[in-house]
Amino acid sequence: MELSRRGFLKLSGGAVGASIVGVGLKPAQAYAAPLAIQYAKETTTICPYCAVGCGMIVHSRGGDVINIEGDPDHPINRGTLCSKGSAAYQLRHNEKRITEPMYRAKGSREWQKVSWDWSLDQIAQKIKATRDATFMEKNSKGQVVNRTDGIASVGSAALDNEECYLFQKLLRSWGLVYIEHQARI
Amino acid sequence: MTNHWIDIRNSDVILIMGSNAAENHPISFKYVLEAMDKGAKLLSVDPRFTRTSAKADLYAPLRSGTDIAFLGGMIKYIIENNLYHAEYMQLHTNATFLVNPDFKMPGELDGLFSGYDEQKRSYDKSSWSFQRDAKGVPKSDLSMQDPNCVLQLLKKHFSRYTPELVSDITGTPQEKLMEVYQIYASTGKAGKAATIMYAMGWTQHTVGTQNIRTMAIIQLLLGNIGIAGGGVNALRGESNVQGSTDHCLLFHILPGYLPTPKASWPDLAKYIEKSTPQTNDPESANWWSNRSKYITSLLRAHFDSGLTTEEDFGYSLLPKLDDGQNASWLMLFDRMFKGDVKGFFAWGQNPACSGSNANKVRKALAKLDWMVTVNLFDNETASFWKGPKMDPSQIDTEVFFLPIAASFEKEGSITNSGRWAQWRYQAVEPLGNSRHDSQVMNELYSRVCALYKKEGGAFPEAITKLSWDYGFKGLDGKIEHIDIHAVAKEINGYFLADKVVKGKSFKKGDLVPSFAYLQDDGSTNSGNWLYCQSYNGKGNNMARRSQKDPSGIGLYPEWGWCWPVNRRILYNRASVDASGQPWDKKQPVIWWNGAKWQGDVPDGGWKPLNQPGTKKSFIMLPDGVASIFGAKMKEGPFPEHYEPLECPIEKNPLSGTKNNPVIKLFYEEGGLEEDIFYSCDQRYPYVATTYRVTEHWQTGVMTRNIPWLLEMQPSMFVEMNPQLAAEKNIKNGDWVKVSSARGQVEAVAIVTKRFQPFKVQGTTIHQVGLPWCYGWSTPNTGDSANLLTPTIGDANTMIPETKAFQVNIEKRG
Repeated sequence: MELSRRGFLKLSGGAVGASIVGVGLKPAQAYAAPLAIQYAKETTTICPYCAVGCGMIVHSRGGDVINIEGDPDHPINRGTLCSKGSAAYQLRHNEKRITEPMYRAKGSREWQKVSWDWSLDQIAQKIKATRDATFMEKNSKGQVVNRTDGIASVGSAALDNEECYLFQKLLRSWGLVYIEHQARI
Repeated sequence: MTNHWIDIRNSDVILIMGSNAAENHPISFKYVLEAMDKGAKLLSVDPRFTRTSAKADLYAPLRSGTDIAFLGGMIKYIIENNLYHAEYMQLHTNATFLVNPDFKMPGELDGLFSGYDEQKRSYDKSSWSFQRDAKGVPKSDLSMQDPNCVLQLLKKHFSRYTPELVSDITGTPQEKLMEVYQIYASTGKAGKAATIMYAMGWTQHTVGTQNIRTMAIIQLLLGNIGIAGGGVNALRGESNVQGSTDHCLLFHILPGYLPTPKASWPDLAKYIEKSTPQTNDPESANWWSNRSKYITSLLRAHFDSGLTTEEDFGYSLLPKLDDGQNASWLMLFDRMFKGDVKGFFAWGQNPACSGSNANKVRKALAKLDWMVTVNLFDNETASFWKGPKMDPSQIDTEVFFLPIAASFEKEGSITNSGRWAQWRYQAVEPLGNSRHDSQVMNELYSRVCALYKKEGGAFPEAITKLSWDYGFKGLDGKIEHIDIHAVAKEINGYFLADKVVKGKSFKKGDLVPSFAYLQDDGSTNSGNWLYCQSYNGKGNNMARRSQKDPSGIGLYPEWGWCWPVNRRILYNRASVDASGQPWDKKQPVIWWNGAKWQGDVPDGGWKPLNQPGTKKSFIMLPDGVASIFGAKMKEGPFPEHYEPLECPIEKNPLSGTKNNPVIKLFYEEGGLEEDIFYSCDQRYPYVATTYRVTEHWQTGVMTRNIPWLLEMQPSMFVEMNPQLAAEKNIKNGDWVKVSSARGQVEAVAIVTKRFQPFKVQGTTIHQVGLPWCYGWSTPNTGDSANLLTPTIGDANTMIPETKAFQVNIEKRG
């Protein structure tokens, strides 16, 4: 049987419990408060900060995050995290997280809250209008290039692989070649 | 990384130079300490005495931007003391190859190689070539004594890098140089391993690529590539910057490092012909000869599978660069500044703080018609219009802010610096009304596509023929929720028809087992050939969690999945001799048991080099061996020291060529005022560099907004040595102004012995350092150090030179 470190801890914890039930003659004198994460759902993830790729466990209950800590089974970090990884809980519990789309109009001094539907329609229309206005079927030498230099994109090394792949696929279908991100700088 | 994080524990000598692992990759340092517990030596070379230096056996200071001089001296030391691994070099490198006799070097041409064109600021590389036999195979001298062989030329080139001269350039005391050289060069023996851990301290220079090549040459001389505890290891800084590079969110490459089509490659046949490297050597695997399979499979994944061979599988639908067009970061913002870019996406990135010469970037954003920013938090890019020196009423840019999910609020894979792709599960729903990035991409795809279907427009086929089959489609044909597993499977690739490959039968719809099975007849698709095997018939290999480590050297082959084909140590066939036996018997990576390879996935499964039918060990290169002589580089096949664009000395002590002669100069006669630079100018007398702190990450958007982290590192600072502080009447804790030719920041002075003055060319040179993690949108923290940095890039990659520039410091009035 392949036994992970966490599996071992769970098993040995169970064994200790059983021995108390089995041989304990006197009632226990003291009780530890149950851990806040006792009945939480455990989800494994990888730290979103640097590229060491440390494993984390997210504890959630009632649909919200109640704790994030290092994954002791992860072969790289073995449960440890640096200060950033240890603070990942505050990525969720954070009043500065933006949770509604926002729009800033020409010349405006402020953001206004807008709907997803409106934002996405507006953006789609702008992509089309700019693409149509700047699309270059041929370059100055008469070679077919089928691109637009009028739209550019940066980002992102913060995306998942699948999202990176989708994003470049999408941008290239619109004809962008000014596609760059953190890896360049 | 050629190797991976855990492998650092297998090293005998660890050089940390151009990085600061203890502070910026803290958990990786666990393996540095583990190696030291077993007797390994840690060498720290850095302009500043960092927390990495504090743990090192030896610390050597150097002036920012002089790494090639420092390492060039090491190459001289290794060769002249015969400390190189001759057998390794003969088998696995081009050290034995004979170079064209017309080739001339900087020692003869005052800092230049043969073929320089001053007008074009580029080289005619025709003399940077090998002598070839009648079959076209490079000629060799296995004894490596021929004066035209690569090793002898390398020896001659670096003979100029004497300890006296190197010390006079770098400011490193000579005895420290010699100590570093001696300890590092002790690993040129079989059974000894040294590794290099570098990061942006090496890349962010006008000679960034050559910094790394200098080290790669050292590793090849010492036989340190391919072995456990060795390699050339870039400590990448973002959780998925390896994956985003592999998937090529970059102008010049398509997923899997396939070149972006260009105007002179009008069809697929021409693309394949022009982009596929050739070799005449029957012993070279020349793996890129499979290019046709990878580009065809990519096209099959990108576009409607109904497209036929005659239609080039949709090749014409991909945008093409003009020949020679450089659409990289600095060029992008230069065009934006000039008003040539109308629409812009800043998706999970904050260029108003991360871009070099950030004032120029911020002004450029004001020239846009519209911008879409996608992030978790407000930032200096999204809100640039209300930033310092901006008058919102005068700025016409419309800005959309789309809030997205945090990493644990979505599902997918990321690839760490050691090339391990690891799966992340979704723990909770996105916060509030924020959404998954993939969902936003899906909406933009659907809405733009619908507009083109309804209204027509410019070249609609590129959009309407895109394949986008990632989940259940409703009555209107629209996907409501992207199935991220469907995307991962497309990246891996499917058979699109029944097919027999290598004696195995596959059905249409089967996942391709690995890239060796990809086809160029249109019968397979694969969004990224390099990830083919990540999600195949065995399941989602990136989600594996086995603790098995049969190697005992920390490969963990069934934890996650690593590219290519789960090979944990790249170039591992160089870890063995001609008979397939490992140089290091105690920590073997692979070995030949007489019938097959054991250990890690071998880098090419051919028999050992002394057996018929073998192929050489560096399979991605047309010559089959590692390039000590590297003619692909823009500024020369060997590295040469040039000063940073902004530097504190009048002349390059090595030659009359002061700066890298092939960098693109933005600021010329009549150039933009924003791109101005001052070298050796009394107004900006101090060398400056930038760095990170443990508690903050990149521009700080994901850490300045975390109260626990901001409390620990609350605001902008500048570190300087006590002598400089005394000269400027600055005390520890004073507020000071740091200014360059392009901008200014305010910072708290940290007066510290961690910086020491350098003795260079008989003068005293002071260096200061600043973190770049702050920005005006977080109150009372200060602003980005990139307001100071220049618009200049490396000659090969155009990465900006943010690690060496000139500033002045004044106490704030």
